[in-house]
Amino acid sequence: MLRNALIAAGVTASLLAAGTASAAEKKIIAVSIPAADHGWTAGVVYHANAAAKEIAKAFPGLEVIVKTSPSASAQVSAIEDLSATRKMDALVILPHSSEELTTPVKTIKEKGAFITVVDRGLNDPTIQDLYVAGDNIAVGFNTAKFLVEQLGGKGNLVVLRGIPTVIDDERIKGFQDGIKGSDLKVLDIQYANWNSDEAFKLMQDYLAKYPQIDAVWANDDDMLLGVLEAIKQSGRKEIKFALGGNGMKEIIEKVKAGDAMTPVETPYPPSMIKTAIYLTAAHFAGHAPVRGSLKLDAPLITKENAEEYYFPDSPF
Amino acid sequence: MADVAAAPPRASQGWSIGWGDAGPFLALIALVAIGFLINPDFLSANNIANVVTRSAFIAIIAIGATFVISSGGLDLSVGSMAAFITGVMILFMNWVAPNVGTAAIPLGMAVALVTGIACGLLNGTIVTLGRIEPFIATLGTMGIFRALITYMTDGGTVAIDRSLRDAYRPVYFGDVLGVPIPILVSLAVALVAAYVLYRTRFGRRCVAVGANEDVARYSGISVTRVRTMAYVIQGACVAIAAICYVPRLGAATPTTGLLWELQVITAVVIGGTALRGGRGRVWGTVAGAVILEFIANLMVLSDFVSEYLVAAVQGVIIIIAMLIQRMSKR
Repeated sequence: MLRNALIAAGVTASLLAAGTASAAEKKIIAVSIPAADHGWTAGVVYHANAAAKEIAKAFPGLEVIVKTSPSASAQVSAIEDLSATRKMDALVILPHSSEELTTPVKTIKEKGAFITVVDRGLNDPTIQDLYVAGDNIAVGFNTAKFLVEQLGGKGNLVVLRGIPTVIDDERIKGFQDGIKGSDLKVLDIQYANWNSDEAFKLMQDYLAKYPQIDAVWANDDDMLLGVLEAIKQSGRKEIKFALGGNGMKEIIEKVKAGDAMTPVETPYPPSMIKTAIYLTAAHFAGHAPVRGSLKLDAPLITKENAEEYYFPDSPF
Repeated sequence: MADVAAAPPRASQGWSIGWGDAGPFLALIALVAIGFLINPDFLSANNIANVVTRSAFIAIIAIGATFVISSGGLDLSVGSMAAFITGVMILFMNWVAPNVGTAAIPLGMAVALVTGIACGLLNGTIVTLGRIEPFIATLGTMGIFRALITYMTDGGTVAIDRSLRDAYRPVYFGDVLGVPIPILVSLAVALVAAYVLYRTRFGRRCVAVGANEDVARYSGISVTRVRTMAYVIQGACVAIAAICYVPRLGAATPTTGLLWELQVITAVVIGGTALRGGRGRVWGTVAGAVILEFIANLMVLSDFVSEYLVAAVQGVIIIIAMLIQRMSKR
């Protein structure tokens, strides 16, 4: 529904704009992102569409086309189709996988398009004009530092991992670096595939296995929801913190409300796609130099700055 | 081979069938014993209650699958269907809650049941009237249901209204005389299913159709009607599972019920139902679902399996469980 409305709004906006500026002058920014198949990608789609709408309104000379693809091969086809049928001045891409997308994006670059890569890098970094990403290592590291500080450098932890990928590995590595040198002990670490149900089961099992747990880290908020439910059911009182990561709105709401068990959050915000689209637009509309890389920090979100990361209308 | 099951069962209803049925239970007992040796906490009342409770969804869906599979069909859409029904139910309850309050919960359950039956009927008619292989037909509806839940949630989460959350919670977390409600529900479903499959004309026809379609047709059974009915039962079972599932996390997402179909089929087969049809075992299916959940639980409670190898060890245990089951039949 929302999506249709946005497309309609986009079409109307571009029709109106076409009246003033001739179609030939219009710069086209194509945005290629994964389809919304879980919370985080749903957030990416939401923010990309929001950016497309806002930019079309603010800069009549620019048109933003958003295409979502359910798989890497579908994404390759999508950008090939786009470049075959339209003149593309820029491509903002959040690649499904680095390997498969590198060559197709390179082909588009050779046709003269400005390339913005988001989140996952391509295998050949010389292709990109602009790179925007979050900091997965910091997601783990900052969470770990918070726990070390709050638990007085001592305690038992259990950790839930996502799906075996670079993203997951980096978060875990950051976390392990963060607790190094303290007496925090990771009792157990298992995969729960970034899935609430699997996290619920895994947390029940952790609770059955370990009589004394001081804190839980689920490296993603979907998993944290399952963890919280399992803790609630068990009635166990010794668990002081249960933390997640990514910045899901339900968890940000907890942080805003000053929840005792989840007082902080670390962002790996899907809204980074918006940052990338705006910067790309600045290249055309503002004549502002934007070539380079931008790494978004993952500062702790606390009660004080939670508003900055809170998007009540986003599905994530 | 196939006509053995369709032939009058009375002659062989003594020892041999009794032992064949015991297979999955022997495997379950072996698993519990091993679990206790690995970690005595395994047998704590809390752990057993947790594990059996969460096996309830797969068990309830797998009981429905026992009908579909024993009648010679297959349903790959159950996981997506569960997610779809969950989504429909939550959206409906949230929609009526401002007007009817907590009465939204029973209404939501009714809507879930109707949706499940409609989904099952859809699968059934595509397979029977459309004459499409069950594998392909339900692979198609699996994609459809998954896409619909993704669309309904905008790819994110639809959560149940806060005003209903606490009232509905006991359906998963509550208990009657110490037995968690989902366990009671799956026992009730299993009792009804066992009665239908073993004691009614429909149940016998179901197995006969699965054993040999042509023979069944010549003996005057409407194969179309029996098969379609099996899918409808499957749909109703998925709806019952969804009703128990919603209060657990109170939300539906595009990843709800992901890959449940594989767990369901595994549970059915471990339980002694023949994958090519003609033989159905309701209680075996329930044991199969519990076995699967125990295996996953054991992986976490034991310390000697690397987190990277969990899936491999689970695969090996499932194969061993099947072998125990097979050998107990000889």
